[in-house]
Amino acid sequence: MLIPRRDVDFQLFEVLDCATLTRFERYAAYDREAFASVLDTAYRIAAERFAPYAAACDREEPRIEHGRAWTIPETRAALAAYNQASFTAATFDADDGGLQLPIAIAKACTAVFSSANVAFHSYAALTAGAADLLVSFGSDDQRRRFVRPMLAGRFTGTMCLSEPHAGSSLADIRCQARPDGDGHHRLTGTKMWISGGDHDLAETIVHLVLARLPGAPPGTRGISLFAVPRDRVREDASVGEPNDVRLAGLNHKMGWRGTTNAVLSFGERNACRAELVGEPHRGLEYMFRMMNAARIGVGTNAVALGYAAYGEALAYARQRPQGRLPGAKDPCSPPVEIFRHADVRRMLLAQKCWVEGGLALVLYCARLADEERCAADATARARIHALLELLTPVAKSWPSEYCLEANKLAIQVHGGYGYTRDFPVERLYRDNRLNHIHEGTHGIQGLDLLGRKVAMQDGVALNDLFARMTGTIASAGSVEPLAAHATALEAAVADIGMTTQALLRAMSLDPGVALANATTYLDSLGHIVVAWRWLAQALTAHAALAAARDGDRDFYTGKLAACRFFFRHELPRTGPALQLLRSLDDTALAIPDGGF
Amino acid sequence: MRRILVGIKRVIDFNVRVRVRPDGAGVVTDGVKMSANPFDSIALEEALRLRERGEADEVLAVSIGPGEAQQQLRDALAMGADRAILVKSDTALEPLAVAHVFLELAKRESPRLVILGKQAIDDDCSQTGQMLAALWNRPQATFASKLEIQGEAARVTREVDAGLEVIEVDLPAVITTDLRLNEPRYIKLPDIMKAKKKPLDVIEIVSLGVDATPVLKVVKYEAPPQRQKGIIVKDAGELVAALKQRGLA
Repeated sequence: MLIPRRDVDFQLFEVLDCATLTRFERYAAYDREAFASVLDTAYRIAAERFAPYAAACDREEPRIEHGRAWTIPETRAALAAYNQASFTAATFDADDGGLQLPIAIAKACTAVFSSANVAFHSYAALTAGAADLLVSFGSDDQRRRFVRPMLAGRFTGTMCLSEPHAGSSLADIRCQARPDGDGHHRLTGTKMWISGGDHDLAETIVHLVLARLPGAPPGTRGISLFAVPRDRVREDASVGEPNDVRLAGLNHKMGWRGTTNAVLSFGERNACRAELVGEPHRGLEYMFRMMNAARIGVGTNAVALGYAAYGEALAYARQRPQGRLPGAKDPCSPPVEIFRHADVRRMLLAQKCWVEGGLALVLYCARLADEERCAADATARARIHALLELLTPVAKSWPSEYCLEANKLAIQVHGGYGYTRDFPVERLYRDNRLNHIHEGTHGIQGLDLLGRKVAMQDGVALNDLFARMTGTIASAGSVEPLAAHATALEAAVADIGMTTQALLRAMSLDPGVALANATTYLDSLGHIVVAWRWLAQALTAHAALAAARDGDRDFYTGKLAACRFFFRHELPRTGPALQLLRSLDDTALAIPDGGF
Repeated sequence: MRRILVGIKRVIDFNVRVRVRPDGAGVVTDGVKMSANPFDSIALEEALRLRERGEADEVLAVSIGPGEAQQQLRDALAMGADRAILVKSDTALEPLAVAHVFLELAKRESPRLVILGKQAIDDDCSQTGQMLAALWNRPQATFASKLEIQGEAARVTREVDAGLEVIEVDLPAVITTDLRLNEPRYIKLPDIMKAKKKPLDVIEIVSLGVDATPVLKVVKYEAPPQRQKGIIVKDAGELVAALKQRGLA
């Protein structure tokens, strides 16, 4: 089920005030009505071309035929509609063939497409990510020959980082690129886990591959980035002969099955031409500069999949009659919809808190990305960039963890039916389970947050975050129904501030013990950040409620109820967790290896 | 100028579950997603295809309604209409008044074709096209599922109770669209921006001299009764008895 439009509009235009983005010169051609039309188009294509085939592409897993990965034909039709409407090009510069749509609006569209069919949408999202990398670091020639066709939907793109023996640890990759004397390179090696790595959906695929040049320094400082099309791309951007990239196999996944996931073998006949992107040995640095967007994208997909399942659970609960309420003693009285049962309502409200809180988080980050892009000067840009850097592991991980919990409860609401393939909630659960793993595992996000992000530039980003939270707390403190929430959040912010100091001190003494607690720290900061975004939503809802009528009254009242639920059931979890963190528990390190 | 005039009504989006307001004076519209009437989008698509086939030079989209209906007209322009007119009216009009508005516009714009949806999905009246044809004194071809222009006539396949009926009407004529006439295209994002540069005129309904005073009185809105649980009957006799008991036979 698609993310409801009402919530998207609320978050974008009421909470985040995205209509004012048009005051930036970059977005001046747009207005509120144009944003509405863009969203309308996204919803229509998502409903008509993506959603109806989500089950089919899961059931009919991609397979290899004549050396090429085969997907259900509706994949191509969906992407054609998506590209004809120019969604892949949406956020890019006009000079590169893009539309300069604000990132926040585009992010909301991607959430809608992913809630409809995450597997179809991934081909386009990966292409936009690869194009973004080439726009930032590629040559003019690469932009012309690769990026333009990618944005027009003629080519797709991938990111080829992992190898069979090296996934999270990219320092250990072995792919080699040797100069071919022709100004280019010859690539040899194998890449693993390549989403969209092969398919029949485009003229060719532009793989962005990490590899080592001869004599490159060991470790992460010796990795370069190459553009490697599956087929040679001529001077006029037409597609020529095969480029010695072989589909060595497909991985058979738990979920997200409609997106091919390939093992690729490069240069088996020593005829794989690779073009260096940017400067030698800077590949990983380039890749990581694009990683924020990719990781917020993962969080967005996690929100979309949890939200889709929540919609299913809500619709099911409203129409499934079962049992009677505690007061009804007559066994012949008609059963009530399970929506009336207290525990089912609890589960639905928990899901609502997580998925709407998650959407608020990722759209807030997208809004920050717009402000970064349009910042008036370098200082302002650096400041927002640092905040985004800090929030990125949170925006990736929190939805991956808690929107997956929403998927779990969506199955629970369906009871036994939820565990069958006759209902979409089991597929949505399987799909969402990936988000914990890819683009930096959950554990790595914790290490990134505690080991790098909170301490960077003397904690400037964390202080900026706290200051922003304090602003919201001050506003909510003067609004009677929200004052208690404001007080609770203020205490939680103070608590995590203190805990952060304790952990950073421990880091300098014994990094192992501190990092053994990094995931719990990530989880706690996530909860506090989402509580803040709930408080911001509640402030908006409270202000709008007075003048609201009919359905809007229910909507805003629902927001206030969900905020209350989050502050009563979720935020208090951080207290014991932070206390545990300050105790610097070392059990995981102390247990003997044989003790597991 | 061979012109096609298309009607675009702003209605509650077809995905929304419509609810009656507690006071029974109407349906809930606050915070409800509004869209172009789907049959009107089919009308616009057909007009665009006729223009693309060289059967028309200009597609004019017209809406009658509140200022917000400009959104639907802008979408029509983004889809491909050449220009648009919003006839402003803050009260909902009855089909006869709508037909009079289109009659006045037809006199001004001299369209070769007026293509309207066969009905609007909010009130389901299905009257405007027929009334307009009568007032304008031109032929009508309603519930069209296929439309071909042959010289100064249109050959129209109509969806009727018995199946399909093919008729020929002289132009200018009024056509109303059925669901299977076409599948409206998706709006392309760049065209949303281009649409802002196309002409969209807003005129007051009084400027057309149309009397919009309602002639019908709406007593009350209420939701349809909840569906009752069915019963299983043993045989035809019992079925007839059950129907009789309910006064249905």
